[in-house]
Amino acid sequence: MAGHATKEIDAATLWGGKVSPFSTSYGKLMMWFFLVSDALTFGGLLVAYGFTRHDAQDAWPIGEETFNSLPFLGHGYPLMYVALMTFILIVSSVTMVLAVEAGHRMDKRGVVKWMIATIIGGFFFVGSQAWEWYHFIHGSEFGKVELADGSQAIVKGHFGEIENFEVIEAGLHHKKGEKITEDLMHEFQHAASSGHINGGIITLHDGTKAMINKKADEHMALIIKKDGKKYSVGDRIEGKDAEKMYYDAIYGGTENRVIYGANLEQNEYGPQQYGQFFFFITGFHGFHVFSGVIINIIIMIGVVMGIYHKRGHYEMVEKTGLYWHFVDLVWVFVFTFFYLV
Amino acid sequence: MERDDIIEYSLDAHHDEEHGKKIRSTIWKVTAILTAITILEVMLGVYIKQGSGAWPFVKWSFIILTLLKAAYIVLVFMHLGDERKSLKYVILVPYILFMVYLIFICLMEALKIGNTWMTYGG
Repeated sequence: MAGHATKEIDAATLWGGKVSPFSTSYGKLMMWFFLVSDALTFGGLLVAYGFTRHDAQDAWPIGEETFNSLPFLGHGYPLMYVALMTFILIVSSVTMVLAVEAGHRMDKRGVVKWMIATIIGGFFFVGSQAWEWYHFIHGSEFGKVELADGSQAIVKGHFGEIENFEVIEAGLHHKKGEKITEDLMHEFQHAASSGHINGGIITLHDGTKAMINKKADEHMALIIKKDGKKYSVGDRIEGKDAEKMYYDAIYGGTENRVIYGANLEQNEYGPQQYGQFFFFITGFHGFHVFSGVIINIIIMIGVVMGIYHKRGHYEMVEKTGLYWHFVDLVWVFVFTFFYLV
Repeated sequence: MERDDIIEYSLDAHHDEEHGKKIRSTIWKVTAILTAITILEVMLGVYIKQGSGAWPFVKWSFIILTLLKAAYIVLVFMHLGDERKSLKYVILVPYILFMVYLIFICLMEALKIGNTWMTYGG
């Protein structure tokens, strides 16, 4: 049974010299070895990310341009959400270290209290990451657009709301003169990326052709992310010019001029590898957080049942604590290299 | 069964309430430091744009602040600072040496490849 190792294997078997050179138990030492190997995995992933990024240079997206949304509040809050996630994880690390401290005093109630807090924090973090992924996959309202000269630009600004589609040529489901008000954004983005908008006339799934009634966009700016014949990386185009170039592109009736959101093949934020690294590194970290929550729950059940109290020490809490702090540690680096730098 | 050849290291970390108070106050102090560093990082990230004159300075402060946070987490929260020196260095030294080497090799290589693309085109 787990945990019995420290009781039944004598020191002579474990350590040839009878005394651990590290003056620590077998279980804790092995946890440290595991964490070093896991840290090498994450180190390798982040260095691979750094390699790709330095190789791609200016084409790489900037964190504050990509991650600027908050739940219920929309866009325009650069880095706030991820800062909140970081704070949640730091706090859950603090509650874990308090649980370990309570364990050292054999305070069972204290351990349970702080472990529950840690588990709640962990769930909050996993939930936040799910929201972040949803947003990343879903993308912005403007998307990334390919301009007339072949350059690619991301778009900043406030997207004017679509009020309705006014049918001018009847299709299967809609009559002429009808005003469609449902699922506008989804239909609009789908049509724009498959080239079904021509000169401001949208063709819907069922063959209906309609005029797009839309409020004006505000403060639009195009930021070039890939060189074309005329513009090069880092150029910024604003105002009426930007609006004209943007709508010339997406209302031109050609396929794949605009990309919304992200998948493994393409994304609106930057090079293909950016999306892949985002999914893999934050996903792998999220998987660690999720496993950590599960392990914490299992150990907490053990604490409640009094297994560790009977054993005379709460070292199992300390060992899961090590793992949990490690997850926090990795996030500190992911936060810096994915979002800040 | 009583045995005298077992050295129970698991009990070494036990302490009384008075000592616990001291440890808890350290924990809260480190929490405040970590939070302050995160707030500082976000402020810098929001107000100083990439590509501005101050950016290289900001970038390096991000990296230094991150290492500072990591040091607090590893040494205080994970108690590595309280462990015996032999354990501390067995964990830290090989890892840090290897990572510094890997980072140096990979980033140098990437910059060269990036420049090659720029010069000869893709």
